[in-house]
Amino acid sequence: MFKVFKAFVKKEFYHILRDKRTLLILFGMPIAQVLIFGFAVTNEFNDTKIDVLDYAKDVTSNQLIDHIQSSGHFMVNNRLLSEKEMEDGFKAGASKIVVAIPENFSEDFYAGANPQIQVITDGSDPNNANTLVQYVTQMVNTFKTERSVQGGTPYQIQLSTQMMYNPQLVSSYNFVPGTIALILLIICAMLTSLTIAKENEKGTMEVLLVSPLPPVIIILGKVTPYALLSFGIAVLVVLIGNIVFGVPVLGSFGLLMLMCLLYVITALSLGTLISTKSDTQQKAMMTSLMSLMMPSLILSGFIFPMSSMPQVLQWIGHIIPAKYFIDILKGIMLRGVGMDFLLFEVGVLLLMTLVFLVLTWRNFKIRLE
Amino acid sequence: MMTVLPIIQLIVLASAASNEVKDVQVVIVDKDQSEISRTITNKVNANDWFTLLATTFDQDAAFAYMQSGDADVILEIPKDFEQRFYRGEAPQMQMLVNAINGQQATVGSGYLSSLIADVNQDILIDEPRLLSTTNGRQSATIVSNNWYNPELKYPHFMAPGILAELTALLVIILSAMNVVKEREVGTIEQINVTPIKKWEFILGKLVPFLCVGLVLLTMGLITSKIVFGIPIRGSMFLVFGYGIINIICVLGLGLLISNFAETQQQAIFVAFFFVMIFILMCGLFTPIESMPVWAQKLTIPNPLAHFISVTRKVLLKGSGFMDVKWEFIYTISLAIIFNTFAIWSYKKQQ
Repeated sequence: MFKVFKAFVKKEFYHILRDKRTLLILFGMPIAQVLIFGFAVTNEFNDTKIDVLDYAKDVTSNQLIDHIQSSGHFMVNNRLLSEKEMEDGFKAGASKIVVAIPENFSEDFYAGANPQIQVITDGSDPNNANTLVQYVTQMVNTFKTERSVQGGTPYQIQLSTQMMYNPQLVSSYNFVPGTIALILLIICAMLTSLTIAKENEKGTMEVLLVSPLPPVIIILGKVTPYALLSFGIAVLVVLIGNIVFGVPVLGSFGLLMLMCLLYVITALSLGTLISTKSDTQQKAMMTSLMSLMMPSLILSGFIFPMSSMPQVLQWIGHIIPAKYFIDILKGIMLRGVGMDFLLFEVGVLLLMTLVFLVLTWRNFKIRLE
Repeated sequence: MMTVLPIIQLIVLASAASNEVKDVQVVIVDKDQSEISRTITNKVNANDWFTLLATTFDQDAAFAYMQSGDADVILEIPKDFEQRFYRGEAPQMQMLVNAINGQQATVGSGYLSSLIADVNQDILIDEPRLLSTTNGRQSATIVSNNWYNPELKYPHFMAPGILAELTALLVIILSAMNVVKEREVGTIEQINVTPIKKWEFILGKLVPFLCVGLVLLTMGLITSKIVFGIPIRGSMFLVFGYGIINIICVLGLGLLISNFAETQQQAIFVAFFFVMIFILMCGLFTPIESMPVWAQKLTIPNPLAHFISVTRKVLLKGSGFMDVKWEFIYTISLAIIFNTFAIWSYKKQQ
């Protein structure tokens, strides 16, 4: 039996390796994705274009503008002359935020008359708006502290902040684990659903089914090559993350690999489940794209924090395998935890795999219409 | 199937995609047990933005919360904090932040520092004798005002973007698969033996998909209006005019892909590869402005980036044609390039 199985896996491997283009995409996509995420996609703010409307034009207001620029987050784009000009920058998308400094700023500032600095944002991008206001507020606060007489205010609560696990606040720390989860899901689930759907569509499934191989072996033989490939890709992505972006693997590397294997199996069982439900490649593609790819990208907490979603979507997020795998990856890679902290997540993944396999088993038709 | 799913996607994604930081999970290690530490604990408890996960005396127990990924922030108030504060020693509290997600960490810890600063301020106001010794009277407050979206509703920002993204995505994949399917099934031969010209064939493939794309755009806009109440401040004519150009552009790309693929699986993967890169680099989820300059240049050949930019500007800010002229110029150029290549690379004889 095992010999037959080996031969079957070999045959499937030839199918994959023969198709150079798909293979190129298979390995090219993960690499391109990780590099894009690491280099280009960040939600850090650098050099945000800021317009200044300075009614005061005095020493302190100039110092404040320089101070705001000194952080590296902001770059003064235009110095406006009147309120009418504010909208131009917003509408053309040239500036995101206007800081307006009132008249007599210097005097009021030092006399304790509490001058009001107006910050107007382009609220059409709420994420930017909120974060930018936070940054400007911080800059004004440090400006105040710097200007207050040295050591003049002893009754201060000092706060020392330590950024754990990611002291440099590098985006890739957050994105690399998410990318691994997403890529593995796409490759395992989508590829397997497509290959099996292809056999259905072409009618070659029939040929396989009348062969003396039991259906289990056929399905296993079909998914094994993809499992091995995806596993290789997972290792590759971890290495790129580590070498190029310095994302560490603090926990045990063996455990990390074991977890990748578990998740690959989950994704493959999901892929076979989809394929039993779809009779054409196009249908399989659409189903995996719509029901796997998008939700995993959006609802798994990969890009957007789950806690800010509506309750219903949080529940949906909790049935997405990627969510648990991302938690496991972050735990092992960045926080260096062991199995004892991951029992719940691993249990959930195992349970999910079992459910998918049972469903596939019940849906898999031995006879074709 | 082709129309209902994208609309459901639109509704789900636009409600989910928000980078707001709500519900910061806090653990407080209170070794002081004083008036000040209790005030802070109560304030954290009463504030909607925080959830007080636990209070302990034990650092290790608190740290276990962070290791398991449950806690976002640990605030540690050292012993005798209050006594030292009133002696004017300016004692320190410790804040440990789970910074795996940098942006969340910055905003979340910012919330907590402002809360502590407020407590500090209240103490100084209650105890005027403390104030007399401080000679810093510098003051300035920030008043912020968010135009176009005063309540900072995320769906207003996400829905137009996701709508553009879904339209382009579907159109690319459908068109890339369509021609390949004809090739796989063999019906392309029948078309090839007719006296139809190359450009006529491509045009014939374009028109139905263009209609599909426009129907999707219309339905998506209606849905966004009904479900999220997004404002429509600019001219619809401008949105649709641009939409037609953009759909033609991505269709050209889809057809181009299909010319170079032999099987549907290949076509899907090549299309998917492009789409993935387009989506990640179009400014939908993360602002284009924060990319490095070379990456910003790379968004120019990305039709999705322009589509999203146009829908957002016109719908939310009421931008006119002059504000989006560059998007038009780029997209028209791309449409010409993609479609010319698609016609040129389509071979009648295999």
